[in-house]
Amino acid sequence: MKHFTQDHPLCHDFLKGAKKALDDDRLQAQLARSLKDGFQKKRLKGMSRLPEYQDLRDRAKAIKTHTLKNLDKYLEQFEAQVIKAGGQVHWARDDVEATKIIIDICKSVDAKTVTKGKSMISEEIGLNVQLRKNGIEPIETDLGEYIIQLRDEPPSHIIAPAFHLSKEQVAETFHEHHLNQPPDRDLSEPTSLVHEARIELREKFLQADVGITGANVLIAETGTALIVTNEGNGDLTQCLPPVHIAVTSIEKVVPTLEDADTILRLLGRTATGQEMTVYTTFFTGAKRNQDLDGPQQFHMVLLDNRRSELLGGPLHDVLGCIRCGACINHCPIYAKVSGHAYGWVYPGPIGSILTPHLVGVDEAHLLPNACTMCGRCEEVCPVRIPLPTLLRTWRNRAYDAGHPGGVQRLGLNIWAWFAKRPSLYRLLLRPAVLALRLMGKMRPFNLPAPQGSTFMDRYKGGER
Amino acid sequence: MNDTQTPTIGLFITCMVDLMRPSVGFAALRLLDRAGAKVVVPEKQTCCGQPAFNSGDVKNAQIIAKQVIEAFEGFDHVVAPSGSCTGMISKHYPDLFKEEPEWQARAEKLSARTFELTAYLADHLKLDKSLATFDHTVTYHDSCASRRELGVVDQPRKLLSAVDGLVLKELADTETCCGFGGLFSVKFPDVSQAITKTKTDLVIDTKADVLVGADLGCLVNQAGQLKKSGSKVRIFHIAEVLAGMATGPGIEGEGQ
Ligand code: SF4
Repeated sequence: MKHFTQDHPLCHDFLKGAKKALDDDRLQAQLARSLKDGFQKKRLKGMSRLPEYQDLRDRAKAIKTHTLKNLDKYLEQFEAQVIKAGGQVHWARDDVEATKIIIDICKSVDAKTVTKGKSMISEEIGLNVQLRKNGIEPIETDLGEYIIQLRDEPPSHIIAPAFHLSKEQVAETFHEHHLNQPPDRDLSEPTSLVHEARIELREKFLQADVGITGANVLIAETGTALIVTNEGNGDLTQCLPPVHIAVTSIEKVVPTLEDADTILRLLGRTATGQEMTVYTTFFTGAKRNQDLDGPQQFHMVLLDNRRSELLGGPLHDVLGCIRCGACINHCPIYAKVSGHAYGWVYPGPIGSILTPHLVGVDEAHLLPNACTMCGRCEEVCPVRIPLPTLLRTWRNRAYDAGHPGGVQRLGLNIWAWFAKRPSLYRLLLRPAVLALRLMGKMRPFNLPAPQGSTFMDRYKGGER
Repeated sequence: MNDTQTPTIGLFITCMVDLMRPSVGFAALRLLDRAGAKVVVPEKQTCCGQPAFNSGDVKNAQIIAKQVIEAFEGFDHVVAPSGSCTGMISKHYPDLFKEEPEWQARAEKLSARTFELTAYLADHLKLDKSLATFDHTVTYHDSCASRRELGVVDQPRKLLSAVDGLVLKELADTETCCGFGGLFSVKFPDVSQAITKTKTDLVIDTKADVLVGADLGCLVNQAGQLKKSGSKVRIFHIAEVLAGMATGPGIEGEGQ
C-alpha cells in the first residue's frame, strides 16, 4: 500500500523528509506565510461569527457517535436509497478491490480519459497509478491536484494538495507544462494562474468518458452523496461525463440531511473559515428521464480499507473525522516539515493516527512520536477527537513492537531503573542524567549547568 | 484536611528542578511558606514518569506513578512548580490504571488534590499582594500543559502583575508550542529546534528583558536557542520572580 506517483520517501524516512523540508527555504517561507495568516486566522474569523460553535461541535460528535454505533444499518439504508435512485453500489474491502471495481467500470464503457475531482480516498487507494497502468488517462480537475499532477507529486495537505508551493512555483510549473501558451505571458497573479488552468481543463472536461469524485458526506435517508469545492470542478466532473463514479470510505455516512447540514456548518468554517464552500454539490443516483443533465450511470464505491476493524477499539474515535484539516493547520510539527515528510497520503496529527493503521506500525512508528503533545489539534478539532490520546495509543503499540530500539531504548530503561528506586536515584543521580543524554544526540546547548548540588541534597541539609 | 484548617502540602519538586535549578524549589517553598501553608518535600520522589509515559512504556510509567501516589497520598494537597508534571499526575495517572480499579481510585483521589504552583497560589492561597520587586519588562511563556491540559492562563498573569515594578508584555502567538515536548526534542532535534526558533524570535520581538514561564523544560529549551541567537534576554521560572529570587544571570546563564 505504498503508492506515491514517484520515488518518494516513505514514513520510516520521516527524519530525512523533515530535514529536507527544513533545508528548503522556499517551503519554509510558504509555510510561515500560509498557515498562521492563512488557515489559522481564517478559522478564527469563521468561529467568531458562530456563537453556537461549541454546541455544534457537541452535536457533530453526537451524530458521529450514533452513526458509528449503527454503521451497518445506515450503510444498508444508504445503499438501498442509491439503488432506488438508479445508482449502483460497490463494496470494496481494500485498495486493490476498489481500484479494480473502478477500472472495470471504466473499461466497460471503453474509457480513455477520466476527469477527477479532488479525493483523498483516491490517493489512499493509489487510483491514478492503476488507471494509467490500464491505459486510462486520469485528469485532476481541482486546481491544487492539477498542479501536483503536473509536477508528479503527492498532495501535501488533505484540503490543499499544493499547499507546499508558492504562486511563483506554480507559475514555473505552468510555464514548463503548458507549451501551447505564449511563453512570455504574465503569470504573476493567482487570477492569471486560475484562468490558464481553466482554459487547459475546460477542453478535458468535455472529452472525459468518466468522471470520478470523492464524497465528503453520505446521507443515508436519501441516498445522496455530497461534495464541497471552491472551484465548481466537482460539479463538472460529476455531471458532464456519461458515467460518474464516486468513491469514498464507509465512515462518511450520516443518517439525515439535517445531520449533513451540521457537518457542513462546521466543515467550511474550521477548514477555511468559510461559512459555506463556494460549491456544495448534492447528487442522488443517475440522471432521471425528466432531468436536464446528469450522468447516465452512477456508481458509488464504498471503501472499508480496515476502517471497520477500528470500530469499538481504542482508535474508534478517529472514524469521526470529517477531514477538515484544522488539526494539520495548527500542528507545530507540520508547520515546519509540511506534508511530504510524513511519507504517506495523510499528514499531520490525523495522518499520524491513520497511517500506522494503514501501512503498519513498523513502517510508521516515528509518526505518532513526532509530536510534542501540545494538544492544539484536540483543541481545534470540530468533532472533538482526542487526537493526543489516540497518538499515545500508537506510541504504546510502537513501544510494544520494539520502537524505539537500540540506544534510545537502552537509555530509557536505564533511566526508568533509577526512577523506580528513589534512594539509588538520589545516590546516583548523575548516571541517570548521563543515561538520558545517551538516548540520542542531545542538542548540545540543551542542558544548563546545574546549580551545584541537587535540590534534595540541599533541602535535606536544612536549607529552606 | 487536618483540624488546624491549614492544609499540609506535599511539594512535588520535579526532576528537572531537583537537578538543574534547585532555586525554583526553594522559591516555591518560600512562596508557600509566606502564604502560611505547611509544606513538606517527601524524599521518596524522583520523577512523574513522563519520559516512560511519552515513549509508550506503559509498564514503567505505571510503576513510577504508583510510587508517586504512595509518596503523596498522605497530603491534603500536592503542588508542583510545573504544568507538565501537574498534568501528568492529575490528567494522565488515572488513565494509566484502567485495568487496576483500586489504583485508579487512588490515582483519581490524588489527581483531584494536585495543583500547579501558580494556580494554587492564586486560587487556593489567594495570593494577591506582591512579595517582591522586579523592575523589568517581562514576557510570559504559557506551557502547553498549563494552558490546555490545566487551563491555567490567568493565574500566572495575575501574580506577575502584582509584582512591584514588573511590566508584563504579552508574547504573540502564545498558544503555540515552543517545540520542547520532552523526549521529542531528543528524538527530533532539528524539527524541535526550528519550532523553538520561531518561538524565541517572538520572545525577542517583545523587547522584554526577561522571559518567565512556569515549566522549566520549556525555559531551558528556549534558553539554548536565545543564547544561540545572541539575545540578552534573561530567563527565570515564575516562582523565582514571585519570591524575589530572580537575581543573577538566570537559567542557563551560569558561566556565560
Ligand atoms: S481529526 Fe478533527 S481537526 Fe483533524 S481533520 Fe479530522 S475533523 Fe479535522
